[in-house]
Amino acid sequence: MADTARDPPPEQTDFQELEDGEDLFPEPVSTLESEPASLPAEDISTNSNGPKQDSLFDDDPEDLFAEATEEVSLDSPERDVLLSDGPSPAITPITPPTSVITPRIGHAHDDMFTHSSFDEMEEEEGGDSFDMHISVSDPEKVGDGMNAYMAYKVSTKTSMSVFKQSDFSVKRRFSDFLGLHSKLASKYLHIGYIVPPAPEKSIVGMTKVKVGKEDQSSNEFVEKRRSALERYLMRTVKHPLLLKDPDVLQFLESSELPRAVSTQALSSAGLLRMVNKAADAVNKMTIKMNESDAWFEEKQQHFENLDVQLRKLHASVESLVCHRKELSVNTAAFAKSAAMLGNSEDHTALSRALSQLAEVEEKMDQLHQDQANADFYLFSELLGDYVRLITAVKGVFDHRMKTWQKWQDSQMLLQKKREAEAKLQFTNKPDKLQQAKDDIKELEGKVQQGERDFEQVSKTIRKEVSRFEKDRVKDFKTIIIKYLESLVQTQQQLIKYWDAFLPEAKAIS
Amino acid sequence: MMEEVKEVTPNLSVSCHNINVTDVVKDGETLTFVVVSKKLSGTGEYHVDRTYDDFEWLQQHLFAQEDEPGIQGVIFPPLPVKAHVNPSVKAIKQLGFLGIDQWEPYRVAMETYLRQVASHAILSKNKAVEIFLTSSDPPGRQKARKNIFNRLSQAMEELRKESHKDVDDFFQTERDHNLTLTGYTKTAAERFLDVVLTEQKIAVAFTHFSTALHLCVEPGEDPDKEAFSKVCVKLSEVFDTMKTSITSVAENNLSTLGLGLDMDSRYQEAEKEMLFRRTCKLVELEAASRNAERAKPGKKAAVAVLLC
Repeated sequence: MADTARDPPPEQTDFQELEDGEDLFPEPVSTLESEPASLPAEDISTNSNGPKQDSLFDDDPEDLFAEATEEVSLDSPERDVLLSDGPSPAITPITPPTSVITPRIGHAHDDMFTHSSFDEMEEEEGGDSFDMHISVSDPEKVGDGMNAYMAYKVSTKTSMSVFKQSDFSVKRRFSDFLGLHSKLASKYLHIGYIVPPAPEKSIVGMTKVKVGKEDQSSNEFVEKRRSALERYLMRTVKHPLLLKDPDVLQFLESSELPRAVSTQALSSAGLLRMVNKAADAVNKMTIKMNESDAWFEEKQQHFENLDVQLRKLHASVESLVCHRKELSVNTAAFAKSAAMLGNSEDHTALSRALSQLAEVEEKMDQLHQDQANADFYLFSELLGDYVRLITAVKGVFDHRMKTWQKWQDSQMLLQKKREAEAKLQFTNKPDKLQQAKDDIKELEGKVQQGERDFEQVSKTIRKEVSRFEKDRVKDFKTIIIKYLESLVQTQQQLIKYWDAFLPEAKAIS
Repeated sequence: MMEEVKEVTPNLSVSCHNINVTDVVKDGETLTFVVVSKKLSGTGEYHVDRTYDDFEWLQQHLFAQEDEPGIQGVIFPPLPVKAHVNPSVKAIKQLGFLGIDQWEPYRVAMETYLRQVASHAILSKNKAVEIFLTSSDPPGRQKARKNIFNRLSQAMEELRKESHKDVDDFFQTERDHNLTLTGYTKTAAERFLDVVLTEQKIAVAFTHFSTALHLCVEPGEDPDKEAFSKVCVKLSEVFDTMKTSITSVAENNLSTLGLGLDMDSRYQEAEKEMLFRRTCKLVELEAASRNAERAKPGKKAAVAVLLC
């Protein structure tokens, strides 16, 4: 298979080449960790202790509160409130308007978004390497009729200190996953973190399951969903920031979880979400951003291209999977008819050979089926996931644009106020003048804040994007290696079967 | 019979094993086959061009040999259905294996037909075969005389006589056996055709995937981008290889089991026809015997006298 003639001399085999690639990775990770720390030591120490997590959260928000400024625009807090299904217990002290600016960890700086603490965590991670394995298993149907739902067992095996135990499991249903995602999204998306998107709802699929026929397609649907949920959780915890989020921890650990009602498609929250999505789309078209940083422009273009390419790949793989399934079905049909032919044939050797052929073909059918599954679960789902992830990435870029817009808006407002003040100077209205001066001070604060927010978001996005890209390449590599191994195995099995058949065929004459 | 030993009889001047249909040429709306046969005496070959109509002419002449004893007991090598240059969907379905892969299987089927005719003890003696293989002019296009295959009436009688019980056990079992075998072989051929067609579809899907992967390759010094591009290129090569593999699998399937099943199926139809002819004769014989029985005794005596 290796076209070694075309490879450049240093690379000998395909696999060796991949190993060379692996070397690239240790370096970037270490450079990230060597970034200078700029936070006082107290934050680091408090973070690494799991049990103190919740109390930490209770204390610091008070500090934040003191430094919190009011929201500039009116619409975002309402929307964000509705997105998250009521504040989760760990962060109850924070009332809705400031949920938007909730930082993830405590800090003591004027920086609202404790970005440098992200670096801190990376260094911390050095001691506590990522060792976590989540599996979603045992789908069970709970309840009856249209109120039925599938409960999945989420088991976590970990040695990380952030968790109280090292091996535990809980029961969750699909809407719980959606609830988790919406909470995370409301907290992190607008400040530039790429939150992995949850698997999609499927009303048709779930209705079939609810109605309760234990047939092939509903089994496949449940299996597809289970696998998607597992991947979703693994991706979420791979993100160092999200891993330590109390919502995530609660999701994984606590046995009871408040029902996430707002994730229902037909609820008022759902409708509001749809309206907001439309509003966003319109806004996106009207915001003309002055891109001062070429990096962002380039990255946006890159993601657009990637999106298109991945969608095409996804479509190809889907058609491949479909054809393979068809091949499996046809092979099975042929096996049956060959068996019948073998039975009715007089000539004994021919009859036996035909029966053997039928058996071989049956085994091939199973092989094809397995291969089709591998194609699907490895490739097709991966590509689908990444297409959705890229949508999330694009969303993050959009948020940055919105932040910039906010900043610009407050700047313009400031300008106007200044002009108004200048005019008022010449009139004899001292109280109005004072009012104008106060307004201006306030607005100046806002402008500064807006600028800081914008800088912060940009910085976060840069980090996130580079992390995303690395993960993407790693992900693809792992999956491709798995896929190739499965291919090789299938082919070898195939060869074995046919080799076994050959003497039978020769024995006919 | 003597003809088994020597093929070098005045009957056929070419070696029956070395008949090749080397080419299928699209000539506007018709397909022309180039038939090459090796001379038995001396070296040299006959190159002739034949169309499907010429093949049919040959087949008709073979059927029309009424004076040949026992001709009706012959299982005639089956001629494939007529192929058009731009066949309709229905025609392609009818052709089965012979309709896919650009006439290559069809060519092989025609070649097999000629070889079977030429090596058949009785049929090869027909002058039409010699003319077909050696004459450089196209054989005459005149419709042969009424032959034993009057299709129209046969179809109507088929239903009536098909289930007519046989007097001979051997033949009865043969007929039953043939019936089942024909059905199964046909089904097997159709299923196998589905398999081969799906394999071809998969080959196309591989090509698409490989092309899509190529589109993912981006230039750039970014190490991540480079790594990703490298992976894509390698994977694309893998899929190209897989495509070649499955294409050749499909081809091999087609040229071996595919053609074999197709030929088998058609031959069994021919055997069925032969057995049917026998059954028809049986029915005729029985009818004649009955009539003879019912004949007036007077006439019987007269005939008996006449015959002594």
